[in-house]
Parts: sequence; C-alpha cells; structure tokens
Amino acid sequence: MKRRKFFRNSLALLAPTIIQGNPIYLLNDNHPLFNTNLLANVTNDNVLVIVQLSGGNDGLNTVIPISEYSNYYNARKNIAVPENAILKLNGYEGTGLNPAMSSLQSLFNDGKINVVQSVGYAKTNFSHFRATDIWMSGSDSDQYLNTGWAGRFLDQKYPNYPDQYPSDANPDPLAIQIGSISTLTCQGPVVNMGLSISDPSSFYNLLDGSADPLPNTNAGYELSFIRTIAKQTNKYAARIKTASDSVTQQATYPTGNSLANQLKIVARLIKGGLQTKIYLVSYGGFDTHANQVTSTDTTKGTHANLLGNVSNAIKAFQDDLAGLGVEDRVLGMTFSEFGRRIKSNASGGTDHGAAAPLFLFGKKVNGGVTGINPLIPSSVTSSDNINYQYDFRSVYNSILQNWFCVSESNQFEILLKKYPIIPVINSSVCGVANTTDELDKNTHIKNYPNPFSGITHIEYKTNGGHTRLELLNMVGNPIQVLLDFTPYTAGIFSINFNGSALMPGIYYLSLQNEADRHVISIVKI
Amino acid sequence: MPPSIVTSKLDLTPYKGIWDFAAVKHLLQRTMFGAANSDIQYFLTKDLKTTIDELLNPINNSVNPPLNDYTTTTVLDPNVKIGTTWINDPTNDGTLNSYRRASFKKWWVGQMINQDRSIKEKMSLFWANHFGTEVATISISHYVYQHHSLLRNFCLGNFKQLVKLVTVDAGMLRYLNGYLNTNTSPDENYGRELQELFTIGKDTEIRYTEDDVKAAAKVLTGWRINSSFQVYFDATKHDTSNKQFSTFYNNKTITGKTGSNGQLETDDLLDMIFSKTEAAKYICRKIYRWFVFYQIDADVEKNIITPLSSLFIQSNFEIKPVLKALLSSEHFFDVQNRGAQIKSPMDHAIGCIRQFNITFPDANNNYVDAYSLFNSIVSQLISFGQDPGEPPNVAGWQAYYQTPDFYELWINADTLPKRNKLTDLLVNTGYTKNTSKVIIDSIKFVKEICADPSDPNLLVNTLFSYLLSTDVLDTTKQNLKKQILLSGQASDYYWTEAWNSYQTSPTTINLNIVTSRLKALLKYILNTPDYQLA
Repeated sequence: MKRRKFFRNSLALLAPTIIQGNPIYLLNDNHPLFNTNLLANVTNDNVLVIVQLSGGNDGLNTVIPISEYSNYYNARKNIAVPENAILKLNGYEGTGLNPAMSSLQSLFNDGKINVVQSVGYAKTNFSHFRATDIWMSGSDSDQYLNTGWAGRFLDQKYPNYPDQYPSDANPDPLAIQIGSISTLTCQGPVVNMGLSISDPSSFYNLLDGSADPLPNTNAGYELSFIRTIAKQTNKYAARIKTASDSVTQQATYPTGNSLANQLKIVARLIKGGLQTKIYLVSYGGFDTHANQVTSTDTTKGTHANLLGNVSNAIKAFQDDLAGLGVEDRVLGMTFSEFGRRIKSNASGGTDHGAAAPLFLFGKKVNGGVTGINPLIPSSVTSSDNINYQYDFRSVYNSILQNWFCVSESNQFEILLKKYPIIPVINSSVCGVANTTDELDKNTHIKNYPNPFSGITHIEYKTNGGHTRLELLNMVGNPIQVLLDFTPYTAGIFSINFNGSALMPGIYYLSLQNEADRHVISIVKI
Repeated sequence: MPPSIVTSKLDLTPYKGIWDFAAVKHLLQRTMFGAANSDIQYFLTKDLKTTIDELLNPINNSVNPPLNDYTTTTVLDPNVKIGTTWINDPTNDGTLNSYRRASFKKWWVGQMINQDRSIKEKMSLFWANHFGTEVATISISHYVYQHHSLLRNFCLGNFKQLVKLVTVDAGMLRYLNGYLNTNTSPDENYGRELQELFTIGKDTEIRYTEDDVKAAAKVLTGWRINSSFQVYFDATKHDTSNKQFSTFYNNKTITGKTGSNGQLETDDLLDMIFSKTEAAKYICRKIYRWFVFYQIDADVEKNIITPLSSLFIQSNFEIKPVLKALLSSEHFFDVQNRGAQIKSPMDHAIGCIRQFNITFPDANNNYVDAYSLFNSIVSQLISFGQDPGEPPNVAGWQAYYQTPDFYELWINADTLPKRNKLTDLLVNTGYTKNTSKVIIDSIKFVKEICADPSDPNLLVNTLFSYLLSTDVLDTTKQNLKKQILLSGQASDYYWTEAWNSYQTSPTTINLNIVTSRLKALLKYILNTPDYQLA
C-alpha cells in the first residue's frame, strides 16, 4: 500500500479521539500534512475582519472548561460561572461558553465558529502596551518590530504603497480601521497601510455625522472651510462614500453596542464593493481587575455585558453578511493582548494573565473547538497562568496561507519564522494541492500516527549539515532531544519515537537543519 | 450651518484683558513664526506693553550673510571660497547666480527658523510680499541680497524712506525695468506699480489716472545701473520736461530739473504721493490683513484703518507706532480674530519647527549640513505654494489680496495633504544630512511643555492648548487619550506606568512604548484641520 493511501485510509477510518470530552479530528483533509503545497498566491477577494478586545479578555470565563470544572471553580469561586448555566457547544461537551454568549453559541452550533484554545506565545508580557504591540507586530516577546503583521502582508501584496495608490487596479484602501486611530497592526515599512476612517482629515463624519462643533468665531468659519477641503482631499473618500451609500438594507444590529456599530459599517463597505482586504474594529473595557461579575449572580456583570455585546455584535454581523450575500468572503478573528490569571482576586476580578482562547468566525471556518481545555491545577496560586497551546502567529499563518492563499515562502517574509498551520479554515478556500508520497519541497517533517499513544513514526528531510530533532512541550520548551547529528548526505530519514511516557497533550516536533527550523504540532492521547 | 464671518467691533483701545498663555500665544504666532513655548513662557513674565516693546525693538540687527555652499568639482567659483560669503562678489555668471540665488533662499529660511524674539522676520517677509520682487527675475544674486537687506534693515523703519530706497534699488530697477526707463523710451512699469501696488493702491474708486502713470514714469527716467553693479543717475537719460498730474494729485506739476538735480524729482514724486491719505490707508489695510484678519468692512475701516492711518501720517510714516497701536489693541486680541488665520506655508513649516524646538545645525560651524537641511524646507515651501523670494507676481502672494478667498487660497486638495505629510515626516523620520538630523524629539518636547507628562490628562490638555488655537471638546481629548496613550484601556495608570518605566529604565522597548504613542498622538493633532489655523 502506498503511503498516501495509508494516510487517506487511516483518515477515513480514524474515529474522532475524545480528549476532555471533546472530539479531536486532527487528521482531517485540511491538515497541514496534506495541505502544505498550497496554490501559491491565489488571488481571491477574501476579507479579514480583526476584532480587537482590548484590555485583556478573561478567557476562562469566556470559554469555560467544563471538563475541568471543579478545578475551575476552586480557582475562582467568587467569579465562577455555575456549571448549569454554561452554554453548551454541540459535539463538545467538555467545553462551553459564558451564559451571556447565546448568540455566539448559536453561530457555533451552525458551524460558523472555531474556538482556538489557549493562544499566546512564549514569555508573555503583562503590560497592556507591550503585549498589544507584540500581538499587532507579530513579534517575539523580546523582539521589537516596528511594522505590523498585516502591514507586512499588505506591503508584500501591494508594493510601493502609497505612491501609486489608488490606481485602476486598486481603487480602494488596502485596510480600513473603523472608529479609532491607526494601529500597529497595519503599519507597513514606510507608512501605515490602513486608513483610519476616524482620521480628522478623513470622512468618518460622512458615515457617522459626529465632529467637534465649530467655534462660533471667524476661526470656526475657516475651520469649516478646511474640513471641507480635507474631506474632498481624501483620495478614497468618494469610493467609500459610494460604497457606503449603495447599501440601503441591512440586518438589525443591537443598539447601544459600539462594536455592533463598527461591524455594521464594515458589512456595508464590504457589500458596497470595496476591495479592501482587512478591516479592524476594536472594543475595550476588558481590563477587569475588579467586580467583573455581580456578587449575587456570577452570570451577570461587567464581563458578561462585554461578552454579550461581542457575541450579539458578531451574530448580527454574520447574519447581515448572509443577508447581503457576501458571507463566503468574510472571515473574522477576535484577539486580546492577553488572557487573565487563573485564580481570581479578592476584588471579584482577575489580573493580567497569559494565553486565552480566540474566536474565528465566518461561513468558511471549520466549525468546532481547536485544541484542548487549559489545564487548571487543583491547587492554584495567584501566579499560575495558562500556558499557550497555539502560538498566535500560527493563527496568523493559517489565515495567511489558508484564507489569503499566501504561499509558504511569502508567509515566511511576513511572519519571519515558520509557524504550524492550524486547520481552522475550510480547505476549499485556497485549494488543496496534490500530496506526494514523499515529503514534498515545502514539508520537512511529519509523523504518523497522530494523535499517538505509544510509538509514532517521524519522517524528516535534511539538506545535510547539522540536523537536530527535538520534542518541545506546549510552551515551546525542549523536553527531549530525539537526534542530533550530521548526516553524510541530504535526504529523507525516519525514526520511531516512543511517547508512551508523555502526559497527554499538545507537543511540538522541532527540526533544526543548519539555519532552517521547522516545527509541527503533535498530540499525545 | 458653519459660522459666517463676523468682524470684530472693537477698536484700537489698548487691550486690558487677561495676559495668559492663550493671549501671548496669539500675539506671538502672528508676529513670529509659530509661538515657541520658551517664548510664550518668557513673555508671560512680562506685561503686554513690555512684550510689544521687545518685539518691535530687536536687540541685534546684524546677520551672518549667505555662504557659498555650492562649489564642487564641476561648479567652480573663482573668487569665493566654499563656506564663505558671496555677497561682496557681484557676478554676471548665470550659473553662479543660480547657485547663489538658491543659497540665498536656504539662508533666508535659516534666518526665519533661527529668528530672535522679535517681529523682524515677519516684517521682512511682509515687505518682501509688499514689494513683490521675484528673485529669479532679478537674477543677479548680488542685487537679490542687496534688495533683501534693504527690506530687512528698514523692516521697522520709515515707510516713506523705504519706498525711496526701493525705488532706486538695483534689484527693483531690474525687476520693474526702471533701469531701462529713459527720456527717449519711457517705461511705465515702475511708475504704475509704485502707485498701484506699493503706495496708493486700488482700494478706492477715485485714484490716479493713466496719465499720472505716464507722468510718474517720466519723473523716474535716468536711473541706471553701471557695469560695476552700481546704481547711478544719468542726467542725459532723464526727461527734463515738467510733469503734470491729475486732479487726484490736486493738479500738481513736478517741475523738470536738469543735470544731477533731475534725481530730486523722485523725492518730489514721493512727497506728492505720500501727501495722499490713501497711501497710509493702503499700507494700514495690508498690515491689518497680515497680522489680524482679511475681512475689512465699514466697521474695521472706521475703527481701525482710519485711526491707524492718521497715526501713520502723524508719525511721518514710521512703521513702529502703527504696529504698536494695532498689536496692543483689544481689537487684535478679540476672540473673533484669534485662531482665524489660515497659516501661510512659512507659518506652517517654520512655525512647526519652532513650536517643537527642532534644532538645525549651526550654519557657522556646519554650513554643509545646515544649508542642505534648510533646502529641504525650501523644497517643502515651494510645494506648498510659497517659494521664498518668488511670489507669483509683483502683487505678492494672492492670499494677502485676492478677494473673497484670501488666506483660504493656501489650502486646497493639493497642498493640504502635502502640509500633513511634512508634519508626519517631522514626527516620524525627520530629515537627515550626514550626522545631522532634524526631527521632533517627542520625549524632550513633552518634558519641555508639560509639567508632568506621566499624567495623561494633563499631557493631552497641554498638547492641545499648545498646538491648536481652537478649542476641542473634552470628549475628543478623552477619546484620544484613551485610544492612543492608553491603547484603549480605561485606567490612566497604564500610561503613567509606561512613562515612569521609561524614566527609570530607558530600554529600547520602554522607549518605543512611550514614543510610539506620543508620535501617534502628535501626528493626529498635527493632521487636524485645526492645526492649519493660527
């Protein structure tokens, strides 16, 4: 039997593995092992909407680990959501949502949400500012990048911005930030690739009608003149206004919900025909150090209100996109600069923490929960944090390669390192290339079976020179060197690894070949 | 509905209102380029009268002249060593003149950037606009500098005397063909502009006639320039006939004079012109539009222009008493007039440089870097529509006379983005030449203007009141504070902590956390339409 057939067959035969009450389908046909040779740089009209939840969202009270409930409850008695109030997720009994998020629950059960568990990075920075910069730039914890990850993507795709823009081919802003100030996310090497439509020289007013009143003096008279010129001057103003005006019917959005207001504008601009690739919206207030729940009812309070607004806004947005007929083109992603501490504090709140779940939403996501529930110690201290299972740049990479169809070599220029793809987006989007029997030119390491309980067979490719294969734990620390040698020739080699002694969970295999490094995630069950 | 123009009803009564930060800033940003914090603080310790006296009486009038910054292996200057001044070496060499004219413009911008605490630079520019010569047309760099020096030296002097000297100045003689104006071939160019643009103006219905233009041209015949670049009077080219003027000038006859006495007719002509109150009123209107606002209605005419012109005549056309009365008046300080000027390109660019205390290299020690960086600013001014020394024509820049738009002519779909781009550049990358860099040092700047930059509320309020002349809603400031300084967080503590962390531990990451936010905030404020006003 050819090995490829073995994979396919084993895939077909492989029943979902239940971990913590949740099924894990790791080897679906979208798995990176089958999906690495993507159609390079397919041009599509896909749009990404980034929802920033600023302040550091309490992930444990957002996506609640039912399978760990007693430890969860012990860690945060004063803010723990009662087990019977947690919203269930179809097919994932071990994991549930905060009771305020019924809208998101319904989207999840429709297969339009992928919850990625415990996203973060090594050596979490606990400063809002620095952590936000890390997320937006896509840097390591101790690395300083002055460009944003989306800015680098747009710069690669649309070189020489802004000198030759807008043009006939690219008449629209590359990215739009609604209702806020330009952020690092879209900062390119030269200029910010995003247009903030609350910029004073811009036209947020056209959409929103708000502006500082004019002084009732001659200065006010002149200011009115300059504002008018500023609106006329914006190269994109007419396109945006036309796009916005062309959409007259939209779904009903919740009122008094600033995130909903922003997403409503986004939906209008997408439907209105803008070719803009990335939209950024933001919603603040997640810095819940105190009184995040009401003391009499932990399903209510500040945090529940925030989550309710996020949930209702995303649901309204998703319904609107469906009604407008553009649902296939839009992917959403939430992020927050960090999660919060496992153990609650005495003020009924939580302090700055580490990894947290994020939501990918849209018709083309692979619905479900990715990853396992965070492990919560039975006896938790105030310094305990949630380790990350997925580097946030793995999420970025999955979006780049599986949503924007960026080639692997191009994504390397954007994210500056190779990160494993997480199968969160439907493989129909960028197409799946033919896999070959051998490790192809873009795949350097793979293993089977995976998940494994005992022995797993690892194949790796080396170009010769120093070659080192390591097993890393889920926070990225090496725990075992599987081999370290200098082969006589380049080629494909394999070893068997016995992982029966490992605790169940996510691990990484890291292949270092001279200066190249390749990493895949593997799961011990 | 936007407000409509309402002129101030106040008159020249001395301002007795509060002498606060906003009042000092208003006065300084009209009389200097931008109101620098150090200057505002300095004058806050004085009163209005002392401040006006200091502004009108510069301590030092000497300047270091423009230098040869242009010599290379292919551009040679036989008489002037690189790094030394060319002003004492007149030449007809077209190539050299073009380099020297460029050198002059860089030098001038340098003078404005490094201005002293006086009105001198604004007034020098006022006269350069008033007499409207174009450097490229004068062409001979020696005359360009001489003409400019004349305006500079008399910028706070006697207007009548200045007109006399300009009339027989080589630069002006070349610019308006005075040197070609002879008895056999009269050239009316200067005789016309002298009346139409430099003294009487066209503001009144009843004015000089075409015959007055011809007669004035005849009076002015005989002024020539010799091959040694000197102006002289050639009696043989002078029209010695009697010159008859119209009823506007009370049918005055200027008696023809022969020999070298022919040149005295120029004095007679100026005496005749300056006997008309129109001359005083015309200049007072121009001064008003330069320093206060462009709209002059019947009230302003009655309350300001008429008394100011009387004062001008009484003081025998000394300029200082007029400036003093106007700039000390409650009319000048009226809220209607504050923040109501659209900044000229020079106010925008040089004002920004001075507001942020951006230091340029000293041209005396490092002319290479200094002139190169001054030239970067010259290029910006050109792209904004105010090439130093090159008004579009002899009438000066349209923003000071073209009804009904006036200052609004500075701002259009081309210039506004360019003006924003310059402030973006000064905030983000600055200009670099060799080891010299001119850039807004955001940390140094906020330390200089704000008593406690760790307090984000104080910081935002201070920045707005320093950089803008119009009020912005508290909710707008709070929103900016939150979005930018706090990165979306509610607690002021996060900015305070970031600022204090940088102060105690100035690592690269701590530095970047603070500067990236300060830069974003500055960029935002400098991009507001409000920043275009002074």
